[in-house]
Amino acid sequence: MKIGVFVCHCGSNIEATVDTAAVAAAARQFPGVAFATDTMYTCSEPGQDEIVAAIKEHNLGGVVVASCTPRMHEQTFRRTVERAGLNRYLFEMANIREHVSWIGKDREANTNKSIDLVRMATEKLTHNRPLYSKKFDINKRVLVIGGGVAGIQAALDCADGGLEVVMVEKTSTIGGKMAKLDKTFPTVDCSSCILGPRMVDVAQHPNITLYAYSEIEEINGYVGNFEIKVKKKATYVDWDLCTGCGICMEKCPSKKATDFFNEGIGKTTAINIPFPQAIPKKAKIDPAFCTKLTKGKCGVCAKVCPSGCINYEMQDEFITEKVGAIVTATGFDLFDWSVYGEYGGGRYPDVITGLQYERMLSASGPTGGHIKRPSDGKEPKNIVFIQCVGSRDKSVGRPYCTGFCCMYTAKQAILTKDHLPESQSYVFYMDIRAIGKLYDEFTRRAMEEYDTKYIRGRVSMIYPKGDKLLVRGADTLMGSQVEVDADLVVLAVGAEAAAGASKLAEKLRISYDTYGFYMEGHPKLKPVETNTAGVYLAGACQGPKDIPSSVAQGSAAAAKVLGLFSKDQLESDPQVSIVDIKRCIGCGKCIKTCPYGAIKETELRGMVKADVIETICQGCGICTSTCPQGAVQLQHFTDNQILSEVNALCQF
Amino acid sequence: MNTSLNYAYYPGCSSTGTSIEYDMSSRAVCAALDIQLNDVPDWSCCGSTPAHTVDHTLSSALSARNLDQVASMGLDSCITPCPSCLANLKTAKHRMEDAGFRDKVNNLLDKPANTQVGTKSVLQILVEDYGVENIKKKVVKPLTGRAVGAYYGCILNRPAELMQFDDREHPMAMDNIMEALGATVVAFPLKVECCGASFGIPRKDLVMRLSGKLLDTAKGIGAMALVTACPLCQMNLDMRQAQVNNANDSHHDMPIFYFTQLMGLALGLTEKELGIDKLCVSPRTVLDAMASEQSVKERAA
Amino acid sequence: MPVLEGTELRIVGFLCNWCSYGGADTAGVGRFKQPTDLRIIRVPCSGRIDPLFIVKAMMNGADGVLVSGCHPRDCHYSEGNFYARRRLEIIEKFLPILGYEPERFAYTWVSASEGQRWQEVVTSFTDQIHKLGPAPKILGPQASDTLSVMEAAL
Repeated sequence: MKIGVFVCHCGSNIEATVDTAAVAAAARQFPGVAFATDTMYTCSEPGQDEIVAAIKEHNLGGVVVASCTPRMHEQTFRRTVERAGLNRYLFEMANIREHVSWIGKDREANTNKSIDLVRMATEKLTHNRPLYSKKFDINKRVLVIGGGVAGIQAALDCADGGLEVVMVEKTSTIGGKMAKLDKTFPTVDCSSCILGPRMVDVAQHPNITLYAYSEIEEINGYVGNFEIKVKKKATYVDWDLCTGCGICMEKCPSKKATDFFNEGIGKTTAINIPFPQAIPKKAKIDPAFCTKLTKGKCGVCAKVCPSGCINYEMQDEFITEKVGAIVTATGFDLFDWSVYGEYGGGRYPDVITGLQYERMLSASGPTGGHIKRPSDGKEPKNIVFIQCVGSRDKSVGRPYCTGFCCMYTAKQAILTKDHLPESQSYVFYMDIRAIGKLYDEFTRRAMEEYDTKYIRGRVSMIYPKGDKLLVRGADTLMGSQVEVDADLVVLAVGAEAAAGASKLAEKLRISYDTYGFYMEGHPKLKPVETNTAGVYLAGACQGPKDIPSSVAQGSAAAAKVLGLFSKDQLESDPQVSIVDIKRCIGCGKCIKTCPYGAIKETELRGMVKADVIETICQGCGICTSTCPQGAVQLQHFTDNQILSEVNALCQF
Repeated sequence: MNTSLNYAYYPGCSSTGTSIEYDMSSRAVCAALDIQLNDVPDWSCCGSTPAHTVDHTLSSALSARNLDQVASMGLDSCITPCPSCLANLKTAKHRMEDAGFRDKVNNLLDKPANTQVGTKSVLQILVEDYGVENIKKKVVKPLTGRAVGAYYGCILNRPAELMQFDDREHPMAMDNIMEALGATVVAFPLKVECCGASFGIPRKDLVMRLSGKLLDTAKGIGAMALVTACPLCQMNLDMRQAQVNNANDSHHDMPIFYFTQLMGLALGLTEKELGIDKLCVSPRTVLDAMASEQSVKERAA
Repeated sequence: MPVLEGTELRIVGFLCNWCSYGGADTAGVGRFKQPTDLRIIRVPCSGRIDPLFIVKAMMNGADGVLVSGCHPRDCHYSEGNFYARRRLEIIEKFLPILGYEPERFAYTWVSASEGQRWQEVVTSFTDQIHKLGPAPKILGPQASDTLSVMEAAL
């Protein structure tokens, strides 16, 4: 094989600490290398054209590009060599940017290391063989996990595009965090008026199947052909019969149940519909608070229900759905702010979260839209907002900025003045982050038109003084201490990954970062893809996001799914295992270890042999290392290919 | 019950002067609970005020010498009633984990110091090693009928990374002990506020303001007395209470006990053993009220 | 080209594509400085790593071998790293029989987001190998014969 080597400068990214010309010169001495050069930007159009020209001019049989990580541009260059008529697998990359030039400044050592990496790639390339994709059928249904605004957007876009959608929502209603908000920034329009109709659309769309109060139990399969096991949690109410009339809620004697929808502001009944606009508008029993289920006494709801839908014997139910793609839109949860001892750590009832405050502001909330202190029900006069609670704070393990708290605090300050014109709001902030259309203007309005006092500094202590809370903090612009007698303190609590996010990630086989947020395929170029084909991300599960960004990402994920399903068949990755029938002794070890069930037993002239189903094989290579005979080989990562790299490195 | 508690005891300089009653009551309480205290031989200043504000090396050298003395006793832990000493002994040990700093300190000493010994406060070992439940069992005269607030001061448990004791914003050790002794504990919101500390000499006005606020708040929540674990806090609130009243035009008459004094009373020790007579603000009214409450109960029983 | 005489030793890394190779990329993107000794071989999954790769690398002159995969339970292929862990545990015990210090080999788990951790892993493993110095090599005129005998034995 005649090999061409292209060593990329990547502007100064590589060239600054690697002598690329020397790398190319050294490569020219490697066996099989017919052509080697260094180029400014190999991935640019002229860079790629240079590769195509060289392949033709020098009649090259394979190409090595030494540049960035293959996770970035392997696909790009595979297409390049294909344009020049080569098989796309007759190509190798040497990662001399992320693994060399960016992690050290010693030009001599870097150049030397780059030469090694190019030699390894060249040696491997000589063992590469052309590989060809197969086509396989796909199931054009999509699963959307999470029924918040991002999931709703993705589901509706997919459904409008003609796809069948299965939506799975953990709680008994869709709507997510947005349904809990009173108003949205920067337009201060009513959250439920915007979201409500979209929720109804989900319920009524002929293409959408909604499983509320359900969770993902198991995910099997691969892009185009996933099999999902959904757990429908017992609601103790037959939803086929329930009309959502709410008589059960009126009569239920157990009125001390935790009101999760209202963030614990107020209590609800053991059987409940979370809020009037809930979708589906069906009742469910919270078993922890139902005396019939805990003590066997009561049964009032069953007696009063006009449609006879109460069933205390109900069990969790499992349903299997087959889909071809998955959109994950599991959102976020609030940081547990009780670690902040200086804010009382949860001891003072009049220190509440921003989301609790939203419920208080909401006309359909537990206070009917009246702002009342939880301790004594009085209207507050001085309200202190504290920003960055669990955001930008290394000491509590949350160094990132949640991003939307500055805006919702400004919104809440404005709404506070609307509700209570005599009130005075104070906002303790670190920096105001209002990057968005009309955002900065909005925070300005809060200050200038609504007379909110913005104090730049952190609060060091909150303590009760009489029936008020004394809030003490620093004003870093004035260089002074500030003390405010507050009636109510609202904490702008930051977002963290949803509870259970990492468990779901394991089922989806996608990566997540240190904080539990899901990792996108590429931070710039693949914002909604994951590293698992067919799994996409939407909304705050990927990182804290406000509503417009979540909706945009929901649509983007839907566009990706629609694009994927625009073909009737998908091309399989040919980097799969194949069995050398002559060496296979039919021991069946590979069949046992394959995580996908992609290897089956066949018979050949009376002998048992293994056989790989190419479209199911995902190319992990576990079988290859398991096979005692070396009979199963993972294409493109065969023993010989990997050992050629080892040898290229070690025999010097 | 663990009867084998045995510690080196570092009294600190306040114990020989302004807070002699803290030392007396700590020793008496430990004796009553069979906790053995062994005085550190030839102990010296811990290097707290004023050395620690002007020369870290000197300050740590003083602490290191004392820790070395403890090590030579063959004991592995040292306790002290004074939070200021505690902070300095712990800081010295922590700083000397750095080899460069350790060398500088050892240069000042006759011989390199062994600073492996850990230091705890008397309060910490009572709560963690002896146990509140066990204290409760030893109570013979419960402190019924009077509301007390617990005031910890700013350095007893902070910085949290160094002190490794109780909650840095909301400590409960003394509250729990007082409750075990039968007292009614009122939640004192300014538990870890500064009393003005050593500003008593250069900026008395600050002490008047800060200690004044503590006393006002304590009164506001209905505390009849405060308990402290710090000689400096106790001095500012007790000895300077009259000055605070003068400066702020207030009329506080609030006894400020060391928590060990009230413990001693509950364990049946005499006022004399506990140095009750050393307090500036007379605790008579409060103590008499407690005594009468007790006798009422006893009669009822 | 040989390793940089006197400053570098030969360290081979086998990294899974999804987590650890990504983690090494993240370290690069974060410009986390690392020693230059390590050369990385990319494999799809730590479960693809045949213990013989490690033995052959050592036989052929590597001074240290580092393997890194996804954290347990986070494997892109569900369970590949569990298979890897069993094999790697055994190879660790097997190396002294071949005459290599077990410290010349290490395996670890680094996720794609853990750039900082990758820097720490590379730095400490490289230090460890430098403390041990170069590994015993099969040299001399019979080297290639010896190697082929060993090869056959494997």
